[in-house]
Amino acid sequence: MFARTSALVFLPQCGQVRNMATLKDITIRLKSIKNIQKITKSMKMVAAAKYARAERQLKPARVYGNGAVALYEKAEIKAPEGVANKHLLIGVSSDRGLCGAVHSNVAKAIKAKIATLTGEGKEVMVVNVGDKLRNILQRTHSNYLLLSCKEVGRKPPTFTDASIVATELLNMGFEFDQGAVIYNRFRSVISYKTDEKPIFSIDTVANSENMGIYDDIDADVLRNYQEFALVNIIYFGLKESTTSEQSARMTAMDSASKNASEMIDKLTLTFNRTRQAVITKELIEIISGAAALT
Amino acid sequence: MMAARFLRRSIPVLRQARCYADAPSGSSQMSFTFASPTQVYFKEASVKQVDVPTLTGAFGILPAHVPTLQVLRPGVVTVFNDDGSAAKFFVSSGSITVNADSSVQLLAEEAFPLDQLDVAAAKANLEKAQSEMASASDEAARAEVQINIDANEAIVKALE
Repeated sequence: MFARTSALVFLPQCGQVRNMATLKDITIRLKSIKNIQKITKSMKMVAAAKYARAERQLKPARVYGNGAVALYEKAEIKAPEGVANKHLLIGVSSDRGLCGAVHSNVAKAIKAKIATLTGEGKEVMVVNVGDKLRNILQRTHSNYLLLSCKEVGRKPPTFTDASIVATELLNMGFEFDQGAVIYNRFRSVISYKTDEKPIFSIDTVANSENMGIYDDIDADVLRNYQEFALVNIIYFGLKESTTSEQSARMTAMDSASKNASEMIDKLTLTFNRTRQAVITKELIEIISGAAALT
Repeated sequence: MMAARFLRRSIPVLRQARCYADAPSGSSQMSFTFASPTQVYFKEASVKQVDVPTLTGAFGILPAHVPTLQVLRPGVVTVFNDDGSAAKFFVSSGSITVNADSSVQLLAEEAFPLDQLDVAAAKANLEKAQSEMASASDEAARAEVQINIDANEAIVKALE
């Protein structure tokens, strides 16, 4: 039995690695690649439509999100350095694939941040918005995962979605001091960049040095304000993330369609050559057969 | 002539000194941003005054207002433009930030110009919410109904 299989594997002809494909094989392959190309083309159209809508909704969301982080920038709020404080990372992505490097970029950024923070001896927990992120992080960093959110990416994200995420996160009871929302910031149709926006806990904000200039703040108001700001930042991350994802999917499906059409061209040429070779062989056989008879 | 030349040379120095004193520049201008998650009404605009309803009471914000953070309650926001016209909006909730450089960020969860609201629908919602109050069972449900009532009452009051 062994001898038989090895005879099949080691082809006796030298210089030829595989048998010439028959016409039938090439036809099957051609048909399947053409189907794939149809699918990728239609996915590109769908992604283009979703991208157009996402970009339109991104414009007001950007103004809103920048307004939300304006306090942190203008008051230059920072967590006290050197103290072993707890960090919270919120990674924003989605459930669906076929969109290029969107998910892996966010996961890479999260992994790098976890490495630096644990190197400094700080405690880190991660919240995933999006199933793909959970799949990537679960393999190596499963003990850092605090909360995972599914069903992200099918419909455009709303403020309600962001508030649900924030409510669940606050209900988990992880007392973080500071953290970041890690998302893909949309730059243009063909480019996006992984970025982060800082979030702070109520105590960090209250104890920050520049807060003294803001008057008439009591604990209740500050807590409401902070919770609202958290939702705003998550909402901002979600909006930017979906726009980047749709544009990345458009690009990915576009290049897939182009690759498929290249393969179709090459296969069609091979098909024609094979067809002509088969006809020529038949002709030769007929002619040499006829010549042998006469 | 010497005096004039001295004056000319010293004036830039004077201007520099004045700039230092005015370090919070733009204190005569308010950079007002008013947005909801889906729509932007004002973006870094210069307005004269903004009246906002907050949990601790309604107050008006002029340029060079003291920095503060407040949380909004359902009510009417009135924006007085530089040219004197006033624009009214109904906001459901949100936050307002007044920074030291006189920039104001008013972020509302939902905000609509008053003319887009229907007083009859608001009254109907208010009655429905008040009847739900009787049947609300636990704290969370009661709080939700109370919020509903507050918001609808504010809408009705704003439109009348």
